[in-house]
Amino acid sequence: MKFTSLTAVAMPYEPVNVDTDQIIPARFLKFPRKDGYGKFLFHDLAEDPDFILNRERFREAKILVGNRNFGCGSSREGAAYALFDRGFRSVIAPSFGDIFYNNCLKNGIVPVRLSEGECTRLRKLLNDHPGTQLTVDLEKQLVAEPGGETHPFTVDGFHREMLLKGVDELGLTLTLMPQIEAFEKGYAAEAPWAVRGSEQML
Amino acid sequence: MGSPRTLFEKIWDRHVVLRREGQCLLYVDRNIVHDGAFHAFANLARRGLKVRRPGQTFGTPDHYVPTVSRSPADAPTAEIRRMVETFADNVRAHGIPAFQLADDRQGIVHIVGPEQGITLPGFVLVCGDSHTSTHGALGALAFGIGQSENEHVLATQTLWQAPQKTMRISVEGKRQDHVSAKDLILAIIARIGAGGAVGHVVEYAGSAIRAMSVEERLTVCNMSIEAGARAGMVAPDDTTFSYLAGRPFAPKGAEWERALAYWKTLPSDPGARFEAEASLDASRLEPMVTWGTSPEHAAPISAAVPSGPPRAHEYMGLAPGTKLEGLKIDRVFIGSCTNSRIEDLRAAAAVVRGKKARVPAMVVPGSGLVKKQAEAEGLDAVFSAAGFEWRHAGCSMCVGMNGDLGRPQERIASTSNRNFEGRQGRGARTHLMSPAMAAAAAIAGCLTDIRK
Repeated sequence: MKFTSLTAVAMPYEPVNVDTDQIIPARFLKFPRKDGYGKFLFHDLAEDPDFILNRERFREAKILVGNRNFGCGSSREGAAYALFDRGFRSVIAPSFGDIFYNNCLKNGIVPVRLSEGECTRLRKLLNDHPGTQLTVDLEKQLVAEPGGETHPFTVDGFHREMLLKGVDELGLTLTLMPQIEAFEKGYAAEAPWAVRGSEQML
Repeated sequence: MGSPRTLFEKIWDRHVVLRREGQCLLYVDRNIVHDGAFHAFANLARRGLKVRRPGQTFGTPDHYVPTVSRSPADAPTAEIRRMVETFADNVRAHGIPAFQLADDRQGIVHIVGPEQGITLPGFVLVCGDSHTSTHGALGALAFGIGQSENEHVLATQTLWQAPQKTMRISVEGKRQDHVSAKDLILAIIARIGAGGAVGHVVEYAGSAIRAMSVEERLTVCNMSIEAGARAGMVAPDDTTFSYLAGRPFAPKGAEWERALAYWKTLPSDPGARFEAEASLDASRLEPMVTWGTSPEHAAPISAAVPSGPPRAHEYMGLAPGTKLEGLKIDRVFIGSCTNSRIEDLRAAAAVVRGKKARVPAMVVPGSGLVKKQAEAEGLDAVFSAAGFEWRHAGCSMCVGMNGDLGRPQERIASTSNRNFEGRQGRGARTHLMSPAMAAAAAIAGCLTDIRK
């Protein structure tokens, strides 16, 4: 999924250690993706009409500014599906659960690491002025505030390229099959037990 | 020989197929799939791709399986039943070796892998489940992946990964009686925080780790992810090798000897550098319980609830200052990939023997083989006589995807790994602890100090 630059309403989300069980409760993971996962986003919290996601000014939010260790816990990719299907294309936080971070990259959501101070500043801006738009520019690797203030970030070169060009990662790897096969051959000679199939063990 | 390397670096370097812009294409030795992997299989089908190395893939259903029987028909809803059946269809269609529900060897992926010797030292092992960190106890680099990554591994036997940083957690000293591996890992998480090891692979080292059984090391590595580490590892040693010898999927004969020689080269070299270090004195640990909604909200049983995020206090119905000991509970769950091995069931049974549970309690063995072993030792009779339900293997009430759920406001003493809001059912309040502590809580009807 292609991503170059996005200017959109950003939603602040204060809690630390937001786990993927909060982002999408486990009971919804059995449903097919084609039915859409947006309605499951923060499902149990969102039953509270005052929950931030329900506020009018954040209805159109495409960027979420979170806090430390956002997306920790379970590997469920449903957390990324739910954010994407609800319209989110970028999550900004001081740190992320590692698996969630990767799941974002594979699903067209740009995870942006900014310092704790910058994230606090951005959340304050968004809380004080709900509906404020931020820009996440992957080309320049900058987050921009409407006032012109910018915050540089980095996404690894490989995934940045994939997102900027909209390259399909698996498609790319399939073109590298000769290298994979060559590696496998050398590896099999050294560690035959590793590449031998386990079918015969059953 | 170049510069000294860590266990992690040795395994990582051995598996790099190629490098590209800060990412490595990593070769995967084993991919374990379960009944939650249907998104990956669906995406594979959409692209018209087959599983490239079915023999290096392994399957067993666990998340959605009923624990009351071995029949998918006993799933509480048609949708849950369909998950178990879809799994069976997928592994069959791709020729993936698998233990189906009726097989005695079926169980939780993280119990079955080590138990069968599918997990081996030096392997890169992945699974679409965050608790894949468990397998690192055998000296493998094992980590959880998402379903897009799973699809990528199924199709290519490789994965794009950024190199991780390393953290060594050294644990010295001898644990006191009734202080378990679970208490140790809860104390570590409380110390470094739920995000304390984000971006790092943790190697557990020190005399307290060396002295542990493989089962105990599995419990420690299992909860690495609760400190933010995608993987936890323990250097393979004689304890590891004796555990693996003769396991069904482990190498045999001359190949065993060859593998063993390789495995002995894996431990971190003296002088190898870790980007972060932490240490803990095992002799000072007490039995631990969690009081809040993050695994970092853990405290010794003798403590009172400290002051934490207001939302956590509200959800748990616990004000700061409340004594943990004596806190009434409504239900007990003994199971999960953290604590459902035979040693865990023995520890719980020893507490329960000859007594009666005051609250509903269930025991869910980690695999059919653990269940059989426990029955051969008469542990099932001990639990049943005390009023505990004796179930079949599965993830069960750790995550409730099969319908084994707690009720709103129910306070659950649980041997699982996550006390997140709603994890064991909407509104259910989870207190994490060791199997012996959970068993003692069932008998007392409240959180209690196993040492008394």
